[in-house]
Amino acid sequence: MMTKRVGIEVSLAVAEAAKLADVDVIAAYPITPQTHIVEHLAELVANGELDAQYIPVESEHSAMSTCLGSSATGARTFTATAGQGLELMHEVLYVASSMRLPVVMAVVNRALSAPLSVWGDHSDAMSVRDTGWIQIFVENGQEAVDNVLCAFRIGEDRSVLLPVMIHLDGFHLSHMIEPILLPEQDEVDKFLPKNNYPLPLDPAKPVSMGDFAPPVIYTEAKWAQEVNLRAAKEVILRCWNEFGNQFQRYYSPVECYHCEDADVLLLTMGSFSETASIAIDKMRKEGKSVGLLKLRLWRPFPFMEIRQAVKDADVLIILDRALSFGGPGGPVCSEIRSALYSEEKKPKVISFVGGLGGRDITVGGFEEIVNRGIEVSQKGSKKEFEIFGARE
Amino acid sequence: MTKPEDEITWKDLEIGSIVAEPGNASQYKTGDWRSQRPIHDFSRCIKCGLCQIFCPEGCIEQNPEGYFEANLYYCKGCGICARECWTKAITMVDEEE
Repeated sequence: MMTKRVGIEVSLAVAEAAKLADVDVIAAYPITPQTHIVEHLAELVANGELDAQYIPVESEHSAMSTCLGSSATGARTFTATAGQGLELMHEVLYVASSMRLPVVMAVVNRALSAPLSVWGDHSDAMSVRDTGWIQIFVENGQEAVDNVLCAFRIGEDRSVLLPVMIHLDGFHLSHMIEPILLPEQDEVDKFLPKNNYPLPLDPAKPVSMGDFAPPVIYTEAKWAQEVNLRAAKEVILRCWNEFGNQFQRYYSPVECYHCEDADVLLLTMGSFSETASIAIDKMRKEGKSVGLLKLRLWRPFPFMEIRQAVKDADVLIILDRALSFGGPGGPVCSEIRSALYSEEKKPKVISFVGGLGGRDITVGGFEEIVNRGIEVSQKGSKKEFEIFGARE
Repeated sequence: MTKPEDEITWKDLEIGSIVAEPGNASQYKTGDWRSQRPIHDFSRCIKCGLCQIFCPEGCIEQNPEGYFEANLYYCKGCGICARECWTKAITMVDEEE
């Protein structure tokens, strides 16, 4: 297969991926650091390169509402947002998943106000984790492109029919220029079938969507949604496998980097995994038994894969880029602790929160986190978590 | 829907709880919200139809004799008809069961 490797800003590459997916409708409101994605899509539509409706709206609430209507007609629908924009969409996000509308959204992770920050962390992503969307975190530009393509195939699958968020870190990822393999159009067409929504809005066959449910039916409706989202994992695994067979890049819910025989594991999500892997390389060279887990699939949560990946380790150190105020610390750690609670053989779980509001964590920083994690695991601690890098 | 509401399982629901059968809201019995019911005294009724116009539920129908009467499958017992009736032909009485 001949595929060009191009140097391109990751945001533009995400827009190109939506173009390769031949989207029908884009409804979006620009917000830093997502802006370049929707600007580029607007440009592609305006200059005739992409035959789609670009609907500029007055807010993110309207953007997602427009996406609902568009998706309900069976149109392939894409949008993108970040931080405050995702928060403004919040109530509509539940409607998209409950009505089983396969909207695909790139979320360029951004910290939440106040104080105002346009820089990246995972606060926005964590605040929408219970909205019933499939959530995938990507590590680099290539993963972003590949997973936007996969997102349409997963979400539109007849047995899934759910909206999908592709999470890429603001600036650390969105504004980087990276070498990216953009698949050829005919290859994408082979991989991604046309959207064939089973019950589209059609005047000839009227249906009511998003209707009223009295107490006698609401529980059944929610349980059907839960069963469906959990079952989506099988389709996600199959999609990633088939993507790998066609494009030679394979993805998994949890990726292990030098985990084999590692006594100590570090777990990260998103773009920070790249830097963390360099720290792991360095520590391995120094003879330390450390490995890195990269969590890619956040919803549906990969319980089995996490349990399998950590079962032989003594210590699991988790870095969260979001803070659950007054709670257990990092949301990712909290989830994993509870996933491991009933296991007989499990590592000690040590929680760190850091990298907030665009604060970088360097290779040295990750070494510090791992060393401190090991120390805490040996000495014990009564604290639920430690904050990394806050000046005393 | 073919089944009674309280027998519908999660597997019976359409994708996204879509209502694929148009107009089936008419099966929804709003009459069981009622705590009072309207009693129509046809000896006072002048068949003006004002009660029908004011009924927010649209559930007052004309019977074959031309008198206006609430359909108790839908009537929520709000009492607006009784209040608006010029000739005091409608009185609200408590539902007692």
